[in-house]
Amino acid sequence: MSLLHKWRCLLTTGESLWIQGTTILQACATLGIDIPHYCYHDRLSIAGNCRMCLVEVEKMPKPQAACAMPVMPGMRVKTFSEATRKAREGVMEFLLVNHPLDCPICDQAGECDLQDQSMAHGSDKSRFVDMDYGGKRAVEDKNIGPLVKTIMTRCIHCTRCIRFGNEVAGVEDLGTTGRGEHMQVGTYIEKMFHSELSGNVIDLCPVGALTSKPYAFTARPWELRRTESVDVLDAVGSNIVVNTRSGEIMRILPALNEDVNEEWISDKTRFAYDGLKTQRLTAPMVKDSAGKLQQCSWEDALTEAGRKLTETSPDGVAAIAGPLADVESLVVLKDLLNSLGCENVFTSNAFPSSGPGTDLRSSYLLNTSISGIEEADLLLLVGTNPRYEAPLVNTRIRKSYIHNDLKVALIGPKLDLTYEYQHLGDSAAVLAQVASGKHPFSKEFSGAANPMVIVGSDVLQRTDADAIYSAVVSIASSGAKLADKDWKTLNVLHRAASQVGALDVGYKAGITKEGLKGIKFLYLLGEDSGELSREDLPPDCFVVYQGHHGDRGAYLADVVLPGAAYTEKNGTYVNTEGRVQQTRVAVTPPGMAREDWKILRALSEIAGYTLPYDELTELKERLSEVAPHLIRYDNIEPANFFSLTEKLMKSTKASLGAGPLNVNLQSLEDFYMTDSISRASQTMARCVAAVKADKAKNTS
Amino acid sequence: MARRVLSAVRYLERGTSWARGTAPKKLLHSSASCGGGGEQLFVHRDSDWNNPDVPFEFTADNLRRVDTIVSNYPEAHKAAAVIPVLDLAQRQHGWLPISAMNKVAKLLGMAKMRVYEVATFYTMFNRSPVGRYHVQVCTTTPCMLCDSTGILDTIRSKLGIEVGETAKDGLFSLVEVECLGACVNAPMVQINDDYYEDLKSKDMEYILDELAAGRRPKPGPYSSRHAAEPITGLTTLTEPPKGPGFGVRADL
Repeated sequence: MSLLHKWRCLLTTGESLWIQGTTILQACATLGIDIPHYCYHDRLSIAGNCRMCLVEVEKMPKPQAACAMPVMPGMRVKTFSEATRKAREGVMEFLLVNHPLDCPICDQAGECDLQDQSMAHGSDKSRFVDMDYGGKRAVEDKNIGPLVKTIMTRCIHCTRCIRFGNEVAGVEDLGTTGRGEHMQVGTYIEKMFHSELSGNVIDLCPVGALTSKPYAFTARPWELRRTESVDVLDAVGSNIVVNTRSGEIMRILPALNEDVNEEWISDKTRFAYDGLKTQRLTAPMVKDSAGKLQQCSWEDALTEAGRKLTETSPDGVAAIAGPLADVESLVVLKDLLNSLGCENVFTSNAFPSSGPGTDLRSSYLLNTSISGIEEADLLLLVGTNPRYEAPLVNTRIRKSYIHNDLKVALIGPKLDLTYEYQHLGDSAAVLAQVASGKHPFSKEFSGAANPMVIVGSDVLQRTDADAIYSAVVSIASSGAKLADKDWKTLNVLHRAASQVGALDVGYKAGITKEGLKGIKFLYLLGEDSGELSREDLPPDCFVVYQGHHGDRGAYLADVVLPGAAYTEKNGTYVNTEGRVQQTRVAVTPPGMAREDWKILRALSEIAGYTLPYDELTELKERLSEVAPHLIRYDNIEPANFFSLTEKLMKSTKASLGAGPLNVNLQSLEDFYMTDSISRASQTMARCVAAVKADKAKNTS
Repeated sequence: MARRVLSAVRYLERGTSWARGTAPKKLLHSSASCGGGGEQLFVHRDSDWNNPDVPFEFTADNLRRVDTIVSNYPEAHKAAAVIPVLDLAQRQHGWLPISAMNKVAKLLGMAKMRVYEVATFYTMFNRSPVGRYHVQVCTTTPCMLCDSTGILDTIRSKLGIEVGETAKDGLFSLVEVECLGACVNAPMVQINDDYYEDLKSKDMEYILDELAAGRRPKPGPYSSRHAAEPITGLTTLTEPPKGPGFGVRADL
C-alpha cells in the first residue's frame, strides 16, 4: 500500500462543496471512501454511540465520530492514518469483549457487519482475560413475537432497531433499559413488537442479535441464489429479492427502490413465503360424477374446460380476475374471451362506473405517486387504512408527517395510523359536507399548496361508491392545484396487485350478483376473494379455477388448472401508482403447475381459437399493442385528465348511503392474512395468534 | 442475571455453598445498578403483586402536584416531567410498580417504553418493594477507607439481613451503593431522604434503634462537626470577609 493510500486525505476546500450539515461520513461516502460504522444508518437519526466511525481530524486533539461531525471548510480528515486505525482497532476490541464468538452457529454469519469489520479493521488478538470474575456479559433473550428472533448477548447496542421503531415504524415498543454494562435493548415487559414492519429490524441489525425466526438455521447466505422481483401481496409493488436454495424459497428480502419501498418491506411481504409451499395446486383436477375433484392430466382438464367453453354461448361466458393475476395472463384471458365474441371480463374489486368510469387512467391511480407524498402538505384519507392496506405508503405518509409537517385528516373509522391526524368523522355525511365546502376542513383543503386526497378501495366496493367517488373528485378539484400539470391531487389506494393492470387492459371493475345470473361458464383467474359462492351462480354454471392455491376459489370449481405464484413466473404487475414492474422466476412451479399465460394459451388452442403468440416476447408485443406503457418497466406513464374527470363526474346523480365509511383492515391481526398466499402461511397464522394473545394480555 | 448464575456455578465449583442470604463477601464492588436492591433486573417479570393489572392511581393531592410539575413545561414537552412524576409515584407507593410507570406514561402522553427506560436508568427508582427505611450504605473508596465495612457489618448484624434484603417486618432494606457525594463526611449512609454522616458503629446502632422506635434521628454528621468543615477547626477563611474593592488597583 502506497504512502499516499495510507494517508488518504479528504480535503474540503470551500463551503460550496457540501450542503451545510453534511457529516464527514456522508461526505466520505459520496467520495467513495469507506468509513466503518454500525449505529449510523442513512434513513435513521444519528446516534453516534458505536464509535466505530472514529477518524482523525487535523488540529483536533481526539478522534471524531465521523457520523456526527459536520464537514467544515478547510477541515482535513485522515481516514487511513495510524491514529484512525488504532481508534478503530480499539473500538473493535471493546465491542468484541462482550460479543460471543458464536459465528459458526449464528445466522448472521456471512452477512455480518461485525464479522466483516473485525476482519478489516480489528486486531488479530484480544487482551480480554477476565475469565475468573466477570466473564463475558450475557443477556437474556427477549420474546418479541413470532417473526424476529433475538439473541441479545450478541447485541452491540447500536440502537438501530429502537430508532427504526420510533422513527419509521412509529411503534415505540423497543428501547434500552438499565445503564452502563447492564444496559439491554428490549421491550422491558414481555410483549410482541407490534408493528407491521417489524421484519426490517432484522436487516437493520448489524450483528446477529435480531434474526429471522422462520429462517433460523435453514440456510447460509453464501448458499443462496438471489432473484430480484416484485411483491404482489398488496398494491404497492415493493421491490424484493427472493433468496432461493436448490429450488426452494428460503427467505425474501427488500430490494432498494427509492420511489416505491425505499429499503423497507412489510412483514407480510417478507414472511408470507412459507404460504407458497403449502396448500398448493400441483395437478389439474376435474370434478367426477360424484362431484369430487379428481386429479387428471393437463390434456383431460383442458379438453373438459375447452369443450364447455365452446359449448356455451358467448353471452353466457364470463371471467373474473383475482388480486394476484399478472398482466400477461389477464391479456391472454381477455383475448381468448374476445375471440369468442364475449366481453365479460371483470376484476373482483369494484370501481365506480359512472362518469368516466375506468376509461381515464388517472381516475383510478394513486396519481401523486408514493414518493410524491413527501412533497404534499395536506392529506385527506377517505375510507382507507394505509397502515395495513399499504404499509409502505403509510411509512411515506409518516415520513412526510415527521420531516415535512404534513397534515393528515381522515374520514373513516378511528385508526392507529402511527401519526397524528384530524378525525373528521366516519359518516358519509361528513364526506358530503367536505365536498360541498360547508365543512371547516374544505377551506383548509382549498388553501393548501400541495393537497392530496386518497380514497381507499374498501369504500369503493359499497353500493353508493359512485356518490363517494364523486364526492372525492369534487374535494380533489377544490384543491388549488387541480389544474397544475405537475401536481396531482386525486388518489385511489388499491389493495389488489392486479387491479390497476386489469383496468389498464380493459377489464370491467367488479361484478354484481345480478350480473352472474345468466352465466353458464365462469373462468376464475386466481379469484379468491370469497365474495362469490356457489349459490350466487346458476346451478348449471361450469366454473374453471386457475390459480396456485387451493383457497376459496378452487372450492367452487368444476375444473382446476394449477398456475404459478408470483415467485415462479415472469409476470408484469402495475402498482397502485401506475408503475409497471415485473416479477422474475425464482423457483419453478411445483408439480404440474405451469405459468398462467401458457395455460390460457393452451386452452385457446384446444377451444379452437388459437391465439397468435407462442413465446413471452411475442406476448409482450401484444401487451404493448394493448397498452404501450405495459412494457416500459419501472416507469409511471404520466396521466392527467382531472378536469375531464371532474366534468364527467358532475353528471353523477348517485346519492350517498347512510352507513359509516368502514375499512376492513383495522388492527394488526387483520393485516397478516389477506390473500390466498398469506392465508396458507403458518408464519402469518402465528402472527395473528401472537397479536391476539398479546391483546388478551393487554400489553399492546 | 445470567452473570449471577455464572458466578454461582463458579462458587459451587470451588466447593463453597452459596445460597441467597449467605453469599460470601463480594470480591469486588458491584455497582448500585446491579447490586442495589438485590438482584435488579432490567426486564420486568409479571408477578401477583407487580403486573400491569394491579391498579395504581395517584391520590387527589398528588394529582394536583402532577399538574403543578407538568405546568413547568411547554404543552408539547410534557414528557420532560417524567422524572419528578415518577418520583412522586414512588413516594406515594413506597416503590415503583409497573402499573405506576404505565400510569405516568398515560398522564404524560409518552410511550410506555420511554418511561421504562427512565425508570430503569436511575437507580433511585426502586422497581421492587423496599422497606419503610431504605438504608443505602456507601462503600466507595473514601467511605471504605473510613471503615464503611464496619458500618455495613453493624447494620447486617443489627438487622439480621444481608445486602439486597428486606427485613421480615418490612421496616428496613439494606443496599450497598456507589458514591453519594458526601466523601468529606465519610463514612455515611442514606436512609430515605436523609444523609447520616461521620458514622461510628454506635451511631449507626443508635440511628437504627431510633428509626425502629418510629422516631427520626437527627440527620447530618455524627461527629463534632456542623457540616463539612475541618474537624480540627477552620484553617482558612478565619477572618471576616473583605469589603468591596479589596485587591483592586488603586487607579481604577
